[in-house]
Amino acid sequence: MYFLLFLQQFLNGLQAGVMLFLMAAGLTLVFGIMDLINLAHGSLFMVGAYLCATVFQQTGSFFLGLAVALPGTALVGIAVEIITLRTLYTRDHLDQVLATFGLILFFNELTKIVWGPRALFLDVPELLSGTVEIIPGAPYPTFRLAIIGVGILVAIFLYLTVTRTRVGMLIRASATNREMVGALGVNVKLLYTLVFGLGALLAGLAGAMAGPLIAVEVGMGEDVLILTFVVIVIGGIGSIRGALVGAILVGLIDNLGRAFLPALFKVFLDPATADGVGSSLASMAIYILMALVLAWKPRGLVPAYG
Amino acid sequence: MVRLKLTLKTCVLLTGLVFLLVLPLIASALEEQFYIGMFSRILIYALAAVSLDLILGYGGMVSFGHAAFFGTGAYVVGILAFHGVENSALLHWPLTLLGTENVLLSWPVAVLVSAVLAAVIGAISLRTSGVYFIMITLAFAQMMYFFFISLEKYGGDDGLSLLQRNSVGGIDLGDDTNFYYLCLALLIGFLFLCHRLVNSRFGMVIQGCKENERRMGALGFPTYRYKLLCFVIAGAGAGLSGALMANLAEFVSPSLMHWRISGEILVMVILGGMGTLFGPVFGAAGLLLLEEFLSIYTEHWMLFLGPAMILVVLFARRGLYGSFVEKREKNG
Repeated sequence: MYFLLFLQQFLNGLQAGVMLFLMAAGLTLVFGIMDLINLAHGSLFMVGAYLCATVFQQTGSFFLGLAVALPGTALVGIAVEIITLRTLYTRDHLDQVLATFGLILFFNELTKIVWGPRALFLDVPELLSGTVEIIPGAPYPTFRLAIIGVGILVAIFLYLTVTRTRVGMLIRASATNREMVGALGVNVKLLYTLVFGLGALLAGLAGAMAGPLIAVEVGMGEDVLILTFVVIVIGGIGSIRGALVGAILVGLIDNLGRAFLPALFKVFLDPATADGVGSSLASMAIYILMALVLAWKPRGLVPAYG
Repeated sequence: MVRLKLTLKTCVLLTGLVFLLVLPLIASALEEQFYIGMFSRILIYALAAVSLDLILGYGGMVSFGHAAFFGTGAYVVGILAFHGVENSALLHWPLTLLGTENVLLSWPVAVLVSAVLAAVIGAISLRTSGVYFIMITLAFAQMMYFFFISLEKYGGDDGLSLLQRNSVGGIDLGDDTNFYYLCLALLIGFLFLCHRLVNSRFGMVIQGCKENERRMGALGFPTYRYKLLCFVIAGAGAGLSGALMANLAEFVSPSLMHWRISGEILVMVILGGMGTLFGPVFGAAGLLLLEEFLSIYTEHWMLFLGPAMILVVLFARRGLYGSFVEKREKNG
């Protein structure tokens, strides 16, 4: 019994981790290559979810929504990059934080004007609405499994792109030395815009897939953003492998903590206290993990360079 | 005897001070009591912003989690008042602690608790620097946010109402004017403290760390300890402003330490001009008045505030006060 529950929570944690990975990969890519800290990454998550939900409500097809949301979010990201962020690359991180904080306020308010303050709802697509019995006796929603699958595919795709293709080589090179790559005749500006677009696309993908699981509402990106920060700090800023490790760790610990910590404390505390202590400790668990990792390795588990 | 030189700076500051001193009189005369509360809020946020400027402007530590100390100060006052009214013990073991509504007890405790929290968070966060530091302070503030949400006993998500403001001696703080002058006095006191601090040897070391930490280390200063102490002082200042905020609103909730508050305090410092003593005060007034002003015309004022912030960052790098009033002298 406990084992099945554990397995279920484990898969939930994996699914949450994969979702975080999609966000963290974009954020860490942008930071690693352009040295830009982008708080508005959560807003792109929100844009993806809203686009998908809107198309879904018009047509009834989740996949059509996905097909609109991905390029849509990428375009929004590219527009933001060209209009505001481009001038921020050479500024210090404080300026970037403030300017992108301003972007969040702008996006939240704009979303409220366009879509209204009420939350939208997205259904799980029919194709994936069933459950699968991976282990006999433990049905698990197909949709969540599909998310895990998509995440693994994206991880493989990113790995191959960065390590095996010409674009990936340019990305790695410009992370090391932007001027040199530019001097060799590469259009670095275009490259940056494309990388930012890719990050936005991944954020949009995460948002669209999160739509059926959580309410699509204004500010939905911000909680995810903070978790994403925790992930990339744990993993090491700028490192995609670190993002993967961090995301899975955070997803698992958060979910397992919430599921089992209260029960664990009931062993030696009275139930009311145990619930309180357990749930507050569970909500802080990932931050404690982050503090421990930093105390041990200030540059993260899988540092990008050096 | 200090002789005041009639520069632009002294003119602006004196005008500001006189304005703040007579504001309650004008507001009462116009029967617009609302402004007293609004300016109390400005003074409280100014206190928080000045404390952040201490680490941000002088120490070069970009903390995106200052609301954690602000909210903690508020919650300490709230929780103590909660137990004071109920007449129940806050803690039975190892020693019995009772709640209180006395300013002289409750506020120092709020400052102390915030300082201890700042010492813990700072000790871990200061092991890192740069963008890591930004993200870690942000994450710790969020952790405190979730911690207070999980405290069901004290209202959890919904927050905690105070029955009345804290009391001290024979002064009635329930009266808005009295409370306003107390906020003003505390702000001026804290500004004076910061003035002494940044011009002391300690302040020089802190500013030196901002310019070149490695060199300060090579000169033999234990930079980590200096920065940590500075972080703790800033946390204590924010805790005090939180205690004031709890009293002003007679309400505390986790939203006081939401990261948007951290961001707003940060914006106040930048808007006013970081690395100046009085800049954050002007920044706090500027931002809150702008919010108030925009919200008269449109419900969607954030749509304008966001881009305005981006423009300030891009083009008015040194802030309003920093650009126009105080030209920072270059002294190496």
